Amino acid sequence: MGIKLSENCDSKFQSAYITLLSAPFQHRFIFSHRMAAKTKTSAQTDHKEAAINASLSKEDKLDLLREMVRIRKFEQTSLKHYLNGSIGGFLHLYIGQESVAVGSISLLGDDDHVITAYRDHGHALAVGMGMDECMAEVFGKATGCSKGKGGSMHYFAPDKNYWGGHGIVGGQTPLGAGLAYAVKYQGKKGCCLCYLGDGAINQGAFHEALNLAALWDLPVIYIIENNGYSMGTSQARSSAFPEEGLAARAEGYNMAWDKIDGVSIYEIRAGVQKAVERAHNESKPTLLEIATYRHKGHSVADANAEKYRTKEEIKTYMDKHDPIQFMKDDLIAEGILTEEDFKAMNQEAQKEANDAADFAIKSPFPEESEIFDDIYWEVDNNTEAGRTGRHFFHG
Amino acid sequence: MPRQITYREALREGLDEELAHDDNVVIIGEEVAEYNGAYKVTEGLWEKWGDKRLVDAPISEAGFIGMGIGASMLGIRPVMELMFYSFAYVAFDQMMNNAATCRYMSGGLVNCPIVVRGPANGGTNVGATHSHTPENIFANMPGLKVVSPSDAYDAKGLIKSAIRDNDPVYFMESTVLYGQTAEVPSNDELEDGELLVPIGRAKVKREGTDISLIAHGRAVITSLEAAEILAEKHNINAEVVDLRSIRPLDEQTIMESVRKTHRAIYIEENKPFCGVGAQISSMIMEQAFDDLDAPVLRITSADAPAFYSPPIEKLQLPQADEIVERALSIC
Repeated sequence: MGIKLSENCDSKFQSAYITLLSAPFQHRFIFSHRMAAKTKTSAQTDHKEAAINASLSKEDKLDLLREMVRIRKFEQTSLKHYLNGSIGGFLHLYIGQESVAVGSISLLGDDDHVITAYRDHGHALAVGMGMDECMAEVFGKATGCSKGKGGSMHYFAPDKNYWGGHGIVGGQTPLGAGLAYAVKYQGKKGCCLCYLGDGAINQGAFHEALNLAALWDLPVIYIIENNGYSMGTSQARSSAFPEEGLAARAEGYNMAWDKIDGVSIYEIRAGVQKAVERAHNESKPTLLEIATYRHKGHSVADANAEKYRTKEEIKTYMDKHDPIQFMKDDLIAEGILTEEDFKAMNQEAQKEANDAADFAIKSPFPEESEIFDDIYWEVDNNTEAGRTGRHFFHG
Repeated sequence: MPRQITYREALREGLDEELAHDDNVVIIGEEVAEYNGAYKVTEGLWEKWGDKRLVDAPISEAGFIGMGIGASMLGIRPVMELMFYSFAYVAFDQMMNNAATCRYMSGGLVNCPIVVRGPANGGTNVGATHSHTPENIFANMPGLKVVSPSDAYDAKGLIKSAIRDNDPVYFMESTVLYGQTAEVPSNDELEDGELLVPIGRAKVKREGTDISLIAHGRAVITSLEAAEILAEKHNINAEVVDLRSIRPLDEQTIMESVRKTHRAIYIEENKPFCGVGAQISSMIMEQAFDDLDAPVLRITSADAPAFYSPPIEKLQLPQADEIVERALSIC
C-alpha cells in the first residue's frame, strides 16, 4: 500500500460530489469537497497550527504574502505589455496559483532544487530571481535571465538551484528525478521539487519518472499544480479515475501522496514540509496534488479561456479560492495586516513590476553575433575540444 | 607484438578508466550491471565498481535518459547505455529538447555532460525497429555531438574523450564491430599514460591518390575492403578517410583528401535522404568544386526499412563490390 498522508480527502464523498456536479465542474471535486466539508477558517486554523507554520514570525507571514503579491503584479504587468504588443510568443500566467510556488519554495534549503514546466514565472521569483531579468527575458532582451534566448517558458538560475523553465509538457519530470539522483549520489541531504500541471500526468515520461523515483528512492517531490484544465480540456475529459484524483497515481508505485487545497499557503507549507522531511530523512519521493486555479487562460493566446470554463466558475474561484485574498483576510483577522498595509504592499510590488518593464523596454535586443554562443560549453570556453572540428554548419 | 584487443574490450577499458578517473562517472542502462551488458561491453564492471557506479535501469528510456540529463546538470557524468540506439526514439524528447537546448535556452547557465552510447547499426537480422542508424538525425541538432568509431583504438580513445567532454555526446557503436580486433596500446606504452582521441578529428585510414572513400562507422571497414580490391584488380589507389566524429566535423581532412584525389564517394550505413553523406557532399561541392574531376557520389543503405531476411538485408547495406563499381564509374 502506498502511504496516503491525509485522511481529510474522503473519496466516497468526492464520488458523490462528482455525480452531483455538472460536467464542466467535475474536475473541481477536490475544491468542492473541501469547501463543502469545512469552512475556510477551520481548514486554515488546522494547518496554521502545524509546526512549520506556527514558527512563522509576523514578518515571515508578511513576506509570504508580499511574495505572492509580487508575482501577481509581475504577471499583470507582463500581460499589459503582451496586450500592447511589446511581448509576443507564449505567456502562461501564474495568476491564481501564487501560493503553490511561494508556499513550497519557502521551505527549501541550500541543497534543495527546483524545476518546473512553462508556467514558470512564479517559481522564478519565489527562488529569488529578480523582476528585471525576468521581465527583460519575456521582452526578448539581452539583459534577460537567459539573454533573450529562452523566453517566458525557459527561465533558469542554477545559482539559486532553479533548473528551468521547460516547454514540453511533462518533459521536465525525468530531469527532476535526475536532480534528485545527483543530490543523493553526492551524499547531500536535499531534495528536488518538480512541478507539473494536471495535463502532464498523462505523459509517459512522467510515469517513467515516478517509477524510477520510487524504485531508486530518489528524494524528489512531484507537485501537480492542478488548475483543472490541460489547456482547454478539463480534468474530467482528460484523466481517468476521477474518483481518487491525480495524486493517487502514486499508489501504483507505492509512493507517498497527498492532496492539498492550494487556497491556503499554510496548508501547502504543512503538506509539502512532510514531503521534504521524507525526502531529507528517508530519501523517499512523494507525489502531491495541489488544487489551484488559473484566473487567466492557458496562455494569453488562449482565446477560449471563457468558453471551456463558464464566467461563473471563474468568478467563483477568483472570489472564493484566491490565495492572496485568502491570506490577506487571514492576516487582517490575525491583526498583523491592515487594508492600508495591503494597499501599500500592492503599490510597492506594482512599482517594482513597472520599473522592471521600464528596464526591459530600455534594454537592448541581443546582438546577432550571439546566435552561436551558449550552444556548446567547450566552444564557449574556448577549450581544445571546443576548437577541434567544425561545430556549426550554416553558410 | 603490439597488443590487439576487441572493440568491445576497448570500450570496456575506456569506461573502466573513466570510472577510476572521476567519481562522478556513473554507468546506467538496461542490463549493464548484474547481467554484464546485453553485448557484454560492461562485463565485469559491476563486480569491480558496485551498485553505485553501475546501475541497471528498467526498460524506460525516456525516464532514465532524462534522469541522466537532469543529474548531469548538477555535475554527475552519466554514461547511459542504449541497448540499441534504435531505442533513442522513445527518449527523443529528452535527447533532442532537454540535452540539446537547455544550454542555449538558459543563456549558457546550464550544461549537460552526458554520454549516450550504444550500437547503431543494421545488418543483424533483427528487423527494422532494431536497425536504425540515427547519426544524421542527432547530428542535425546544434548542441549535440555525434561520434561513431570504426575500430577498437578509436572506440577506447573516443569514449574517454566523450566522458570528459562537457557537452552531450551521442556515441554510436556497431554490434558487428564489437568482436573485431585492432592494435590498442596499453597505457604504459603511451607517453601520456592514457589513450584520448580528440572528438572532431578525422583519420586517414589508408593513404591514396586516385579517389577519396570517406565514411564513418562500419562503412569505413567496408571502404577499406573496397580500397584493397581497387588496388589489386584495378590499379586504383583509393584513400580512405574515417570521420570518427560527425559533429564536430573535421572538414579540413576531408577537403585535403579531395583536393589530392579529385574524386570522392561518401559511404555510410545510414539512409540516403539527408544522410551524413548529403551534408559532406554538399560541403565538398561548395568548398572544392574546382578540384573535382567527377561528381561526388554517395553510397548508403537501401532507402527502405531494414529487411528481416538475412540474404536480402545484407544487400541493403553498402558492399565492397558496390563501392568498387561506383568508384570505377568515376575513375
